[in-house]
Amino acid sequence: MKTTRPRSLRLRGFTTILLFLLPALVLFFGLVVAPILLAFYASVFKWNGMRGLPTDFVGMANFTRVLADEVFLGDLWRGLLLIILSVAIQLPLSLGIAMLLNQKIHGRAFFRLLFFAPYVLSEAITAVLFMMILSPTDGLANYILGWFGVDPLDWFADPSTVMMSVFIVMTWKYFGFHMILYIAGRQGIPRELTEAAQIDGATGWKTFRYVTLPLLGPTIRISVFLSVIGAIQLFDLVWIITGGGPSHSSETMAVTMFQFGFKRFQVGYASAISVVMFFISLVFALFYQRYVMRRDLEGASTVLRDQR
Amino acid sequence: MSANRHKQSPTSGGPLRSLSLHAIVVITALFVGIPLLYGVLGGFKTTRQLSSNPLGLPDPWMPENYTSVLASASFWRMLWNSTYIAVLTTLVVVAVSAMAAFVFARFAFRGREALFTMFAAGLMFPFAVAILPLFVLLRMFGLLDNPLGVILPQAAFGMPMTIIILRGFFRAIPGEIEEAAILDGCTSFGFFWRILLPMARPAIATVSVLAVVNSWNQFMLPLVVFSDDSLFTIPLGVQQFQGQYATDIARVMAYIVVAMLPALGFYAVAERQLVSGLTAGAVKG
Repeated sequence: MKTTRPRSLRLRGFTTILLFLLPALVLFFGLVVAPILLAFYASVFKWNGMRGLPTDFVGMANFTRVLADEVFLGDLWRGLLLIILSVAIQLPLSLGIAMLLNQKIHGRAFFRLLFFAPYVLSEAITAVLFMMILSPTDGLANYILGWFGVDPLDWFADPSTVMMSVFIVMTWKYFGFHMILYIAGRQGIPRELTEAAQIDGATGWKTFRYVTLPLLGPTIRISVFLSVIGAIQLFDLVWIITGGGPSHSSETMAVTMFQFGFKRFQVGYASAISVVMFFISLVFALFYQRYVMRRDLEGASTVLRDQR
Repeated sequence: MSANRHKQSPTSGGPLRSLSLHAIVVITALFVGIPLLYGVLGGFKTTRQLSSNPLGLPDPWMPENYTSVLASASFWRMLWNSTYIAVLTTLVVVAVSAMAAFVFARFAFRGREALFTMFAAGLMFPFAVAILPLFVLLRMFGLLDNPLGVILPQAAFGMPMTIIILRGFFRAIPGEIEEAAILDGCTSFGFFWRILLPMARPAIATVSVLAVVNSWNQFMLPLVVFSDDSLFTIPLGVQQFQGQYATDIARVMAYIVVAMLPALGFYAVAERQLVSGLTAGAVKG
């Protein structure tokens, strides 16, 4: 090396690098990259998933079938619906609560702890808990609705309310997570900025709208990103509560894939669904990072450089 | 409204306004808290009490449902399964990621950024996308109905986040420390093991807590890997119990409340690390 320091000063050497990276490379290629490649390979075969490799090549037939399948198109629509509901209702709720808890509210440490607690519980526990709460016969939710003279709902059992019910459970489980992100983002905004706005005579709302909100931009964009990725892969809650029913009305892409792959043994077709999910995540992530989060990423790297 | 009041707090208007803001927080607290409370109290009721009196206090209190869960061997076995899978997953993912993050943070070599980007891109690909081919691969390796079949893929999918967080932390450690260590005769591994890792203890704690929580709550992977129910983890057990006793709601309620306790206990102890891990991961990812 052309440095003036003695060679040994630098932590270099191909062997060292390789030794340190090897375990990570093995795990990553063996269990992340290889499965994805295998999904691509299997997706062009008709295959029941039995031992050995698939042999019945069908070209793009699985893909034309997926893209014409009403259930799968319904999955896309339901995914979009959950994304819209999350962005329009769940995230503003998280943001609002985060702003409130940022103030000197009585008992805010307790509220913060409580709101975040559901995130720590597994989806399985959450699902079973809400199956009982939203039970059409003797659930808690219908009991409470009764106080207000509202007729009992069928919740998960009725195709017209099942998505709303799933969304309620998702909000219960995840809004605290987004709230935590917003609280952290809010704490990163220097006090001087909001104080300066107030000295200039901005009202509370105007301070929020023109100072806090724009400065929370990066956090909001991350939180939207995570919501979308979460909606694309939604499985556990739906699988345990409804299995996708009644009559596919709560099915998600992951549930459809699971049905075909693990219950009906159409592994080639299910792999095609996996590949489509892969591309949807990939295209979304690339597009989002390129056009929406671009400035945030640049900002992040300058901050990092400053810290060094 | 006087300007003076705004100085105290950005969004507080009059007392009426602050009252309504409080009301929003309290309503949200009811939305989050009542289901939990309903579960805890419900476990002390009979199923008949539950349907006639869902919200009130149990009358009489029936601890039998809880004691029967705590007395069942299968519950403790699942608790043990979940625990050692979480611990081993955490050990593997943190060890492997720390080594990789060390290279990404402190070595300069061609293709470093490309490799790092490849690992980071793994963040976008959740289990749901890979679960089916993963199942086929695990079957080929003979890892079905084997805890390693859950531990290794969890570690592999946990690596991207762990590497990103640890790399950021390792980078922040000044180069002078490294040079001093090398001058004193430290090898790369010695520097990593005796200086970098001890200095990075808070970051290691953070990523470990994340790994434990993720492993503890993982459902899809154990669902396809384990068919032998002596290997089941708690999420699988919860689903199985619900299927078995679906009509005995009070009993299921007691079961899930007991199943919640380890996670909530862990949360109470490690809340700070968990929050810092999630926010760091979100900001840097």
